[in-house]
Amino acid sequence: MSHALLQNIWFLLIGVLLTGYAILDGFDLGAGVLLPWVARNDRERRMVFHAIGPFWDGNEVWLLTGGGALFAAFPHVYATVFSGFYLALMLVLFALIFRAVSFEFRSRVESPRWRAFWDGALCVGSLVPALLLGVAVGNVMRGVPLTADMEYAGSFFTLLNPFSLLVGITGLAMFVTHGAVYLMNKTNGAVAERARKWALRGWFALLILTLLTGAAARWDAPARFQGKPALIWVLPALVLLFMAATRVFLAQHHPGKAFLTSSLTIGGLMALFGAACYPYLLPARNVVDIAGYQGLSIFNASASQLTLLTMLIIALIGVPIMLAYTAYIYRIFRGKVVLEEEGY
Amino acid sequence: MDPVLLARIQFGLTAAFHFLYPPVTIGLAWLIVYIGWRYLRTADPEYETMMAFWIKLFAMLFAVGVATGITMEFQFGTNWSTYSRFVGDIFGSPLAAEGVFAFFLESTFLGVLIFGRRRVSRGFYWFSTLMVAIGSTLSAFWIIVANSWQQTPTAYRIVGEGAFRRAELTNFLAAVFNPSTLPRYTHTVVASILTGAFFMAGIGAWYLLKGRHREFARRSLHIGLAAAAAASLLILVTGHLHSEQVGLTQPAKMAAFEGLFRTEQGAGLVIWGFPDAANQTVRLRIAVPRLLSFLLYFDPNATVAGLDQFPREDWPPVELSFYPYHLMVLLGGWFILISWLGLLLGKRRFTNRTFLWAVLLSLPLPWLSLELGWMAAELGRQPWAVYGLLRTRDAVSVVVPAEQVLATIILFVLIYSALLALLIFLLVREIARGPASPAHVPAKEVAR
Ligand code: HDD
Ligand code: HEM
Ligand code: HEM
Repeated sequence: MSHALLQNIWFLLIGVLLTGYAILDGFDLGAGVLLPWVARNDRERRMVFHAIGPFWDGNEVWLLTGGGALFAAFPHVYATVFSGFYLALMLVLFALIFRAVSFEFRSRVESPRWRAFWDGALCVGSLVPALLLGVAVGNVMRGVPLTADMEYAGSFFTLLNPFSLLVGITGLAMFVTHGAVYLMNKTNGAVAERARKWALRGWFALLILTLLTGAAARWDAPARFQGKPALIWVLPALVLLFMAATRVFLAQHHPGKAFLTSSLTIGGLMALFGAACYPYLLPARNVVDIAGYQGLSIFNASASQLTLLTMLIIALIGVPIMLAYTAYIYRIFRGKVVLEEEGY
Repeated sequence: MDPVLLARIQFGLTAAFHFLYPPVTIGLAWLIVYIGWRYLRTADPEYETMMAFWIKLFAMLFAVGVATGITMEFQFGTNWSTYSRFVGDIFGSPLAAEGVFAFFLESTFLGVLIFGRRRVSRGFYWFSTLMVAIGSTLSAFWIIVANSWQQTPTAYRIVGEGAFRRAELTNFLAAVFNPSTLPRYTHTVVASILTGAFFMAGIGAWYLLKGRHREFARRSLHIGLAAAAAASLLILVTGHLHSEQVGLTQPAKMAAFEGLFRTEQGAGLVIWGFPDAANQTVRLRIAVPRLLSFLLYFDPNATVAGLDQFPREDWPPVELSFYPYHLMVLLGGWFILISWLGLLLGKRRFTNRTFLWAVLLSLPLPWLSLELGWMAAELGRQPWAVYGLLRTRDAVSVVVPAEQVLATIILFVLIYSALLALLIFLLVREIARGPASPAHVPAKEVAR
């Protein structure tokens, strides 16, 4: 396989990993953010913890694997992004740390204050990544200042521009909607009722914010529209279609189907993001020449042909096995949560 | 402040914290697999109680292992971006493989262990413990591959200039099985089993001292001691093979381990001493003549390279490599002694209070040796980030301001210490509560 083909394949695969992350961890991030609002007493909160408990770590591994794959396939992007976005990433890490232990720690002590603390940790620990991941996406869309040595040339505050913050809030709305729809599927009673309200609210917010983001992108990230084939307009059309379907399924009380279309909405938005950026992984906002490109592209930032090929083989062996047992475990835990003695 | 020093402190601290948890979970996972297998064979409810208890402790340790591991995954990029550019072509693949082959496996099946006892059959439940054990042992493999490559790089060529200079992969399998991978991996996995074994034995000993949960305690002590007895011998064997490899592939490190300032024919093995790099001597040195030459080259008269063979700027910090290494080996001796004593004591091991106290007090010692071992390995690699290819001071992120690193170090120390304190608090609570029979709701034989 030629180097260029492998580079393209890996662009796609990184996209798949990040999309898998957004869809899967998306629902547990969203459910985590909603915890204080959908679940009012200890029993209800335990229900939410149980709804995401068996899955959240496996879901988060999509992010970790995405990080590892980025390191392997596009080491320069890994190096530039994580050193450049240092403080933002550290914030996400601290949030994920608190979130990770909240599941195990919460149930171990009966005191209401202890439990309230870990409920808060789950909520904030989910909110920060849910928001900042979108901010990162926004910055990639706009492009960031880069040097000819591929180093990030801005500061922490460069990242906090209005457009990226808008994308951040859009992402938050997306995760919250998705998490709410998930909870409708996994819980019953008052929790499911409240989750439904939040799904409807979130859906409306997401619709408005997506349209706003689209318009703002035209103005603040015009480079992402240049030189794209007309076919690319299929993607936003699909996204709107999936969103409409979600609304219909919510109205008809079909949470299962709504979860499917909500997942497809996320997939469509990620595809749109990928198509807009291609062939860049991190475009430059300033004028700079990095080995012939205006930023870090799949061609000037990638690993060698041999590494990309090796990684492809690893993915082809590992990913089907992983998908098989993941699907099987989801099947074991299908259906609504029953609060039992075990677990949290 | 020096940004390189800060980045080193941050990486060393967070790695050392992370490494408190994986070894004990790897070790416990295999012991739980064993207990679960006994349960399947005998249907003895005592084994079921044991499984439930150890899985509960396991899950807490695992959670903090995950929380601290997330940081590690991104820290190469945040703090060592130049290094990441340099090694990415080779180093990234094991990290990605770790995700695909290992992390998914352990995290997915851990869900079954915590939530699924009544949703799956006994057989599948046991299978899940096996998958978690395999997953965690595999994750150790891939990360150690990455680390071993930077210790003893092979199968690469250097390409590019300036910011674009990097090592390119020439042969994947040769890079994976570089000279230090297998010694390091076997040594670390055996050390992990030893850690889990002492954890189990120590808690068993505590219950026996208190006279509580006798049957549970005897079995835990017994299983823990038996595993520790085997592991402590294996650790000597793997440690020896590891030393041979270091002597061969990283001679400056070996010279620092042994405080060997001058090249010697028939070099002795230092048992005791205080190295002094400024004066190039080891004070109060007690050594077994010719033993180092013999152990490294199987020839008592072989010549062992001393630090005088290397330019001063390429010396590792001698004291900081010497002490951790020697303390680790010393502790290794203690583990052999105590675990074999336990086996020799026969039935008296359950009643002899001095022995039980010794086992209980030994509970934290494997952790100490683990940390010392990594310090020896990592400090002994200095001043190189990638041995012989990239100096640590050239490996750091160029764009990250020192104040930001300092601020995050402080936060990491605060948060990680709090997590450790809470974890110990919860573990002690859970241990004080003691094992409870999970039999109040019988496990269903098949999925619902
Ligand atoms: C896969 C790679 C890898 C792995 C598995 C480890 N390390 Fe490491 N370590 C590095 C990769 C690395 C590094 C990124 O390459 C550093 C940073 C600077 C350097 O020279 O090496 C480093 C530095 C470093 C230092 C500072 C040494 C110095 O700068 O003087 C310490 C104390 C440790 N590590 C400790 C550990 C511990 C306790 C580990 C057990 C989990 C560990 N390392 C695993
Ligand atoms: C510095 C390099 C390291 C990195 C980047 C790293 C990364 C990670 C990450 C991201 C996780 C969380 C996975 C999840 O969400 O399920 C994790 C957990 C784990 N890591 Fe590490 N790790 C490192 C060092 C090590 C070492 C040296 C070992 C073993 C010898 C190890 C063994 C494990 C295991 C077994 C787990 C599962 C959690 C646990 O058992 O506590 N890691 N690590
Ligand atoms: C019994 C005698 C022992 C010997 C001869 C021995 C030998 C060694 C050597 C030579 C290294 C350095 C490898 C390097 O620099 O690349 C090492 C590292 C290490 N040792 Fe030991 N060791 C012993 C006991 C132990 C014990 C008891 C433990 C823990 C329970 C332990 C845990 C480690 C760890 C975690 C490392 C770092 C990882 C590695 O490089 O393998 N060792 N050991």
